[in-house]
Amino acid sequence: MKSIYILILLFLIPIKAFALIEVDITRGNLSPLPIAVSPLSTDKESKKNFEVLLKKKDIGSAISSVVENNLKQTGLFNTLSKDAFLQKPNIAHLKPRFEDWSLIKAQALITGKVTIVNEKLRVEFRLWDVLAGKEMMALAFTTVPTNWRRVGHIITDKVYERLTGEKGYFDTRIIYVAEEGPKTNRVKKLAIMDQDGFNNKYLTLGNELVLTPRFNPTNQMVTYLSYFRNLPRVYLLDIETGVQEVVGDFPGMTFAPRFSPDGKKIIMSFAMDGNSEIYTMDLENRVVEKITNHPSIDTSPSYSPDGKFICFNSDRSGYQQIYVMKSDGTNVKRISFGKGLYGTPVWSPRGDLIAFTKLHKGKFYIGVMRVDGTGERLLTENFYQEAPSWSPNGRVLIFYRETKTNSEGEGFSAKLWSIDLTGYNERQVPTETDASDPSWSSLLSN
Amino acid sequence: MIASLLLSACATQVKKTSGQMQGDVYTGTDTVKELAKGVPDRVFFATNETVLTTASRDTLRKQAAWLRKNSSVNVVLEGHADERGTREYNLALGERRANSAKDYLMTYGISSDRISVISYGKERPVDSGSNPLAWSKNRRSVTVKAN
Repeated sequence: MKSIYILILLFLIPIKAFALIEVDITRGNLSPLPIAVSPLSTDKESKKNFEVLLKKKDIGSAISSVVENNLKQTGLFNTLSKDAFLQKPNIAHLKPRFEDWSLIKAQALITGKVTIVNEKLRVEFRLWDVLAGKEMMALAFTTVPTNWRRVGHIITDKVYERLTGEKGYFDTRIIYVAEEGPKTNRVKKLAIMDQDGFNNKYLTLGNELVLTPRFNPTNQMVTYLSYFRNLPRVYLLDIETGVQEVVGDFPGMTFAPRFSPDGKKIIMSFAMDGNSEIYTMDLENRVVEKITNHPSIDTSPSYSPDGKFICFNSDRSGYQQIYVMKSDGTNVKRISFGKGLYGTPVWSPRGDLIAFTKLHKGKFYIGVMRVDGTGERLLTENFYQEAPSWSPNGRVLIFYRETKTNSEGEGFSAKLWSIDLTGYNERQVPTETDASDPSWSSLLSN
Repeated sequence: MIASLLLSACATQVKKTSGQMQGDVYTGTDTVKELAKGVPDRVFFATNETVLTTASRDTLRKQAAWLRKNSSVNVVLEGHADERGTREYNLALGERRANSAKDYLMTYGISSDRISVISYGKERPVDSGSNPLAWSKNRRSVTVKAN
């Protein structure tokens, strides 16, 4: 991943605990907070420089559009139309005329300024509580100009955190499998993009089938399944250098890989003689450890964030169900007892929930349950969908959905979707091609 | 006239479907190729199952007989699942299906050295349909010559 070059330079005013606006994200939000995102102002000199450097006519508006789009996608904010804004961006940033902003029903306002300082992009922004007539937050930072979209994501993260009390998930990336071609012979490539679908990049050429990519905790490495030379094995890819290596020399298929929360191990399934078991491999000394020992299928392992437990998928009861065990493989307990089949358990980064795919009566569901199996909640139902992955703050799930083909076998497509933990705000995540197997990175900057 | 045409079309459709499946195991020949003359190349499975049916065992005995006669031929058993399952579980399921075919060939005298196994899970369906008949054709283990 490109090196993160962001310095928070100044806190203009320390944040005090006023009784200011707050956004509740624990329930489906039926009355999103009206917020005005004023375009960031730019002086003439900087504007000219940005035009040359980035081929962007108005970088201030471009960055504020990133912020606006992010806020709108959360479903928690109603971003107001710029046409109605009365105050000029540069003046609003100095001292908003709160009456003007409350007139258009804004409750919160974001203003800012972007300049070039020593060939670096410098941005400062403020968050205002319109009704209280107070500044809630002021921050400034510098970065390389090509990082301008990330600036928009970081501003959104800060605003989201200030207004909801929880970390954001906007300065993040999604790694996924880009798909093309007929359903019977799909060409699949690893691809990476910003959380909002921009800056898409392909990481493999499509010469071999690739599946299920997952980030390591620092977002620099990806583990995935590749059919290179028709030998399905777990691989490791360094995103920055592009170096790929096979993980371990197993005498059969390895699949369903994920990193341990400390990034030191890969946990995966190894299939031999009709039996799939879960193994870990220490990436430093390459020591392999067998974790499960059962003649049934054991796969889709996922660690708890503290690394002490593993949830996984097994059909030892006769059908696919979700189990939890200690990370040494002892104390195996089945936790899914509802009607239907359960697969792809993924532990929430907050530690309290497990997301899963459920198949019941010909329909597929994405759902969550507590780690002891109680409190099952189904968030969305469809013809086919699976493989949820958590946003780093544990508030949103991304997954993929495939369409039913018609009687001629035509009309197949696979797309990424996201949904809030509340079950609200389901939306398609834009991708250049068809897409599947999404995996959400952690926050790139903190 | 049109109504009766539609009706008869429907009727033949239903008949055709039930004629090609027993339970939900594919029994037709649409997608089946020959490993050698008179030796079908694939066997089919019920949903979520890896057990060989009577017909599958019959096919595999033919394959074993042919492989005994052609001792220089090695094979790859390609295990597949239908699209109605999660990707990772289906990879394991495909592996298990190919291995039940492998085990059966071995009991009929084919050395394990001559057989390798690969699972494609749900990645390589032969029928792109989203219906029970298409799914039944896709739940399969295919024996392919490796040399």
